[in-house]
Amino acid sequence: MSILLTKETTFIVQGITGREAVNLTRECLDYGSKIVGGVTPGRKGREVHGVPVFDTVAQAVEHHGAPIDGSVVTVPPAFTKDAVFEAILNGIKLVVVVTERIPRGDVAQMVELADMNGARIIGPNCLGLIVPEVCKMGGIGGPAKDAAKAYAPGPVGVMSRSGGMTTEISSSLTQSGLGVSTAVSIGGDAIIGSTYAELMPYFEADEQTKAIVIYTEPGGRMEAQLAEWVKDNNSRLPIVAFMAGKFMDDEEMKGMSFGHAGTIVEGKEDTATEKIARLEAAGIRVVERIDEIPTVVKEKLGVLA
Amino acid sequence: MRFFEFEARKIVELAGIPVTKYGFCTTPEEARAAAEEIGGPVVIKSQVLTGGRMKAGGVKFADTPEEAAEHAEAILRLEINGHMPRGVLVDPKAEVKQEYYAGVVWDGTAKRPLMLFSDMGGIDIEEVARTHPDHVGRGHVSNLFPIPDFEAKQAIATTGVTGSQLNRATPVLARLARLFRENDMTLAEINPLAELTDGSFVALDAHMEMENEAVGRQKKLLRKELRIAEDDDREPYEHSKFEEAVAAIDAADHRGVIQGKDHGFTGNLGLVIGAGGGSLTLTDAVRSQGGKPANYSEIGGNPSVAKACGLAKEVLEKDGVEKIAVMMSIVSNTRVDIVARGVIKACLELGKDPGETIAIFRIPGAWEDEGFKILARYGVEYCDRSVSMWEAAGRAVAKIQGEGAAA
Amino acid sequence: MPQDKVFIDVEVDASIANDATVAAKLEEVCPVDIFKNADGHVEIVDANVDECVLCKLCLEAAPTGTVHVRKLYDGTELS
Repeated sequence: MSILLTKETTFIVQGITGREAVNLTRECLDYGSKIVGGVTPGRKGREVHGVPVFDTVAQAVEHHGAPIDGSVVTVPPAFTKDAVFEAILNGIKLVVVVTERIPRGDVAQMVELADMNGARIIGPNCLGLIVPEVCKMGGIGGPAKDAAKAYAPGPVGVMSRSGGMTTEISSSLTQSGLGVSTAVSIGGDAIIGSTYAELMPYFEADEQTKAIVIYTEPGGRMEAQLAEWVKDNNSRLPIVAFMAGKFMDDEEMKGMSFGHAGTIVEGKEDTATEKIARLEAAGIRVVERIDEIPTVVKEKLGVLA
Repeated sequence: MRFFEFEARKIVELAGIPVTKYGFCTTPEEARAAAEEIGGPVVIKSQVLTGGRMKAGGVKFADTPEEAAEHAEAILRLEINGHMPRGVLVDPKAEVKQEYYAGVVWDGTAKRPLMLFSDMGGIDIEEVARTHPDHVGRGHVSNLFPIPDFEAKQAIATTGVTGSQLNRATPVLARLARLFRENDMTLAEINPLAELTDGSFVALDAHMEMENEAVGRQKKLLRKELRIAEDDDREPYEHSKFEEAVAAIDAADHRGVIQGKDHGFTGNLGLVIGAGGGSLTLTDAVRSQGGKPANYSEIGGNPSVAKACGLAKEVLEKDGVEKIAVMMSIVSNTRVDIVARGVIKACLELGKDPGETIAIFRIPGAWEDEGFKILARYGVEYCDRSVSMWEAAGRAVAKIQGEGAAA
Repeated sequence: MPQDKVFIDVEVDASIANDATVAAKLEEVCPVDIFKNADGHVEIVDANVDECVLCKLCLEAAPTGTVHVRKLYDGTELS
């Protein structure tokens, strides 16, 4: 089992002829993912690693002859909103938005349209998601052989605001013998399609998942939202959190953002210190060191180290 | 992007919200003329992008144009929290019956703009929300559909405001919500929104912030209406020589991305680190283990040898830097061997021994075997993913401190 | 002092050094601009040699064995 993806999941890549998209397509195909088409306006008739390219999403759906499950959107920021609207209004239910530097207003519009149409957005500013040995949707984990090294199947669900740290943490879980159920790079922006709390019900319903690890940063309220969710839902899943960017709480760092756009601190509740306190108050264990994660997860699972 | 009060007022005015007849002045003579035109008592306010101007003496009242000119002269020379004012705003001293608050912010959880209204204006809204929660009305608006007036009315009515006050305040809050959305603001507030003795509502002070990512598509407002120069970026602090040098190296070559910051960092351990989340994690790991970073940096997107070399050189040339730590979370796009070549080259070109200068190299991932061969050849201590980011940072700290103890 | 060819050295045999077709092809295939087609002669751009990404496209673009890419850090030649 897994969340959001299965072996049968079909998806397209919007912006497939771009340099990064070509790499991502290769990586996903090598991993065994089912990419059934690509879209770049004006490039109909081409192929990218054997994947047919279309001008519109509607053409891709028509060619496939059945509804398409997902789309990875990797087009420039000014065109992303339109591409996501096109995906959603052509019946696609899972949209991974890779693009960064999209204004919040655009992201909020995409999310509102997705909500109205029963679709889910992952990202923006993310690397996508992966179910080890089943499906990889996005650049997460890199080339198939590298992804295989970092991601082995196991009981831990991973959600991270940093794409690179999704793989770093998953690799440490894999090395420790635990492994990963599904890992989601949720994106580094202030407003994202799927927050921790919004993905928790999926993990909760997934039999394979026995524990959750989250990577988090200063800025925004999604940790507070997760803390609320945990208190309200009596979750069966122990959660282990790691907070990066504690140095940003220093007086000299006020008003600055580091790493990701979403780390901009806009209120007292957004600081690392405040978030750690909130998560802990909800019974979520926040580790000080990144390498404590596997050990603490094992403790929580009752597995002997 | 932050706006001065005189610009925020203009933005509010453009959205059809009434403001007083104010003047933006950069000389005492202009202030005198503005006060004459207003005719009557005025208030002179320093135009700075920082809080606490009232306490610092940046706001003064004047009864005559002469007094206005005198105050303007003093305020124009007054530095507040390290900021010199851009000018002064001359505003009529309004006959205020009651002060209100109207604001719009992002609610990241609901992913919608949130309207806020209070009948306790003139003070910090967070303070009001804490002490008098029943005096703060709230209401979300859609991102997609037109914003109807009634949603503003509902938010205001929950505070108990009724009568003509409700009817006057409603269009103000609705227009504020529309301008927030149309202009890509992250904050739009009018505080105080004043009800004057004649019953009219005017924005007496306004505070606006625009999302940096949207600056490119808001050119009409920024350049045409507000006449803000292209290079007027309004960062919270001035860029250092190091930051400018790194930005220039990054701009000169399209391959990969590097960033460097050293505002607030004064240590002896140079950090050549990446990527976004990795850099945050590593900076904390160095500090938590007693290390003193000389800077913050981010490598990403597979930079060229020259770019990695350029960043490492700039870090090494910072005052007080004795060694550098080269560390990243597992890479899948950026190549280990290319970064290894870059940082070693930086040492060689500065006449330093890479084995001595690079405290630790911890970048696992793409092309690591090739990278490790290069590092071994130059006697640089390196490690793969079996050594955690925490441990690698600790080794770097131990090395630089061991050296300090020996000397 | 900028230093070139610290990690990589690239050489072409005399037999192709003046071959205009090969010179043009090498300039085209190299992603980091190590080769320049100088009026029909193969010119090596020293400043770019260390940018070599070991892609072997130059080896494939020229007659077998005429382009030599050496990794100076381990003494091996790309083949």
